[in-house]
Amino acid sequence: MAGSNTSLDAEKIRRDFPVVTSSINGKPMVYLDSANTSQKPVAVIDAMTAFMREGYAPINRSAYSLAAEATEKYEGARTKVAKFINAKSSREIVFTKNATEALNLIAYSWGRTNLKRGDVVVLTHMEHHANIVPWQMLQQEIGIELRWVPLTSDFQLDLSSLSNLLAGAKVFSFTSMSNVLGTINPVEKLCAAAHAVGALAIVDACQSVPHAPTDVQAWGADFTMFSSHKMCGPSGVGVLWGREALLEAMPPFLGGGNMISEVRLDGFKCAELPAKFEAGTPPITEVIGLGAAVDYLNGIGMANVRRHEVEMSSYVLENLTARFGDEITIHGPRNPELRGATFSFAFRGIHPHDLSQILDQTNVCVRAGHHCAKPLMKIIGANATARASFYLYNTKADADALANALDSASDIF
Amino acid sequence: MPGVEDLYREIILDHYRTPRNRGELPPPAVCTEGNNPLCGDDIRIFLDIADGVVRDVKFSGQGCSISQSSTSMMTVAIKGKPVEEVRALVRRFKHMMTLSDDEGAVDESIKLGDIEALGGVVKFPVRIKCATLGWNTLLEGLNSSQG
Repeated sequence: MAGSNTSLDAEKIRRDFPVVTSSINGKPMVYLDSANTSQKPVAVIDAMTAFMREGYAPINRSAYSLAAEATEKYEGARTKVAKFINAKSSREIVFTKNATEALNLIAYSWGRTNLKRGDVVVLTHMEHHANIVPWQMLQQEIGIELRWVPLTSDFQLDLSSLSNLLAGAKVFSFTSMSNVLGTINPVEKLCAAAHAVGALAIVDACQSVPHAPTDVQAWGADFTMFSSHKMCGPSGVGVLWGREALLEAMPPFLGGGNMISEVRLDGFKCAELPAKFEAGTPPITEVIGLGAAVDYLNGIGMANVRRHEVEMSSYVLENLTARFGDEITIHGPRNPELRGATFSFAFRGIHPHDLSQILDQTNVCVRAGHHCAKPLMKIIGANATARASFYLYNTKADADALANALDSASDIF
Repeated sequence: MPGVEDLYREIILDHYRTPRNRGELPPPAVCTEGNNPLCGDDIRIFLDIADGVVRDVKFSGQGCSISQSSTSMMTVAIKGKPVEEVRALVRRFKHMMTLSDDEGAVDESIKLGDIEALGGVVKFPVRIKCATLGWNTLLEGLNSSQG
């Protein structure tokens, strides 16, 4: 019903996701927590299961054909990811544990090599803790200075004093899309502003890569990172992309097997990229799952995913506002073109934790809390919010289920 | 899935809507702060302890219905009580929340009264931290007032 008049057939897509079409106690699942982690399509589940049942072997270290094929599958996934974000080469793709590890890798490896006391790193008020704490650790350790781009009253980055903030900066690290507000930032413009002062541009793309086409070369970024589990892939693997020359010049992060080309009693020599940053046995099955997720998303088309989510955003914003008026406060931009389909809100004074508990009675899954962005929560004046986030498998029926569940929540309080 | 009626009992909602002993106490009252990292809630407990007795207690901060009502009921239960009785009550409560500490035996004969209504929270494991937030903060306050 709802899928027919939108840019992709969400009704058909839903059937690819077992959890999305499941039910508990006879009530259908309404999964609205994809900004947290997405559900997995059968294609990904099957690719991982098939590999473990029929093809599992170590990679990069054995000559037998089973191992050679496993290596081919693992490296094949790297090539898929490189194309997915238009990286120049798959040597620029490093698999990490998650996006948090990727940010820590940059702060640890690039940061400790290139930053000294008093150097400036610019962040924004809408960052996730993963793009705050690694820099604060450097602040404690070597005394770098942190500066913050503030927000406007309509939840955009306030760029009016950006050139002052960036003056003399070595790094500008920012999110492509806020995981709390849904705000989509002007990534190309921000990268250009960083480069104009000779600073590195680091883009935390966790919230945008799963939801819209990504072109790291068009962005003009230096580093970006995102996680598999938010883009229909498994948890346990994240992606770091960096310009080859930068990765080449950086010292390794973790030391051990796979990341070396030579080890003697008096020292070691690093492996070539990207193995240099992949110490130890990687999450082989998970990387292959991520490759299958990329295939799945390509089959649908990222531009179609984005269009669907713009349509969902329009529907959600219009309906929640029409139905609840002043009883609901949505912390984020009103223009669907400037935001993703992630909505943090306050409703009728009910604490978000209580709200999510009551919504759970009808299987409406929303996140409640600070969304790993405590500084931002303080700025918007909330201890916690409830957050409903939509993805390619969500329909207008899901948005209606959310509204109905919200309406009944105040019966209890 | 347990129904929310096990969680949101009338006495709990009553304490949430009309919290008792809400406010602050000036120094030298002991003030301790507790945070629930899961949901961002914070709570402050103010204790006026003299001669081994909790003379007065107040609380402030923001939180969900469970953390607020649990703390409200707790303040009613401990006001005017000797510190040792309060500690035994905390042990009894945490035992009900199946988070009992190993120090000191639990006296099952201690009456919980209205607090018994919070027993339903154990069916919702994510919310146990909400129910115990005020109690853990109280415990910290008792310890620091003795130190």
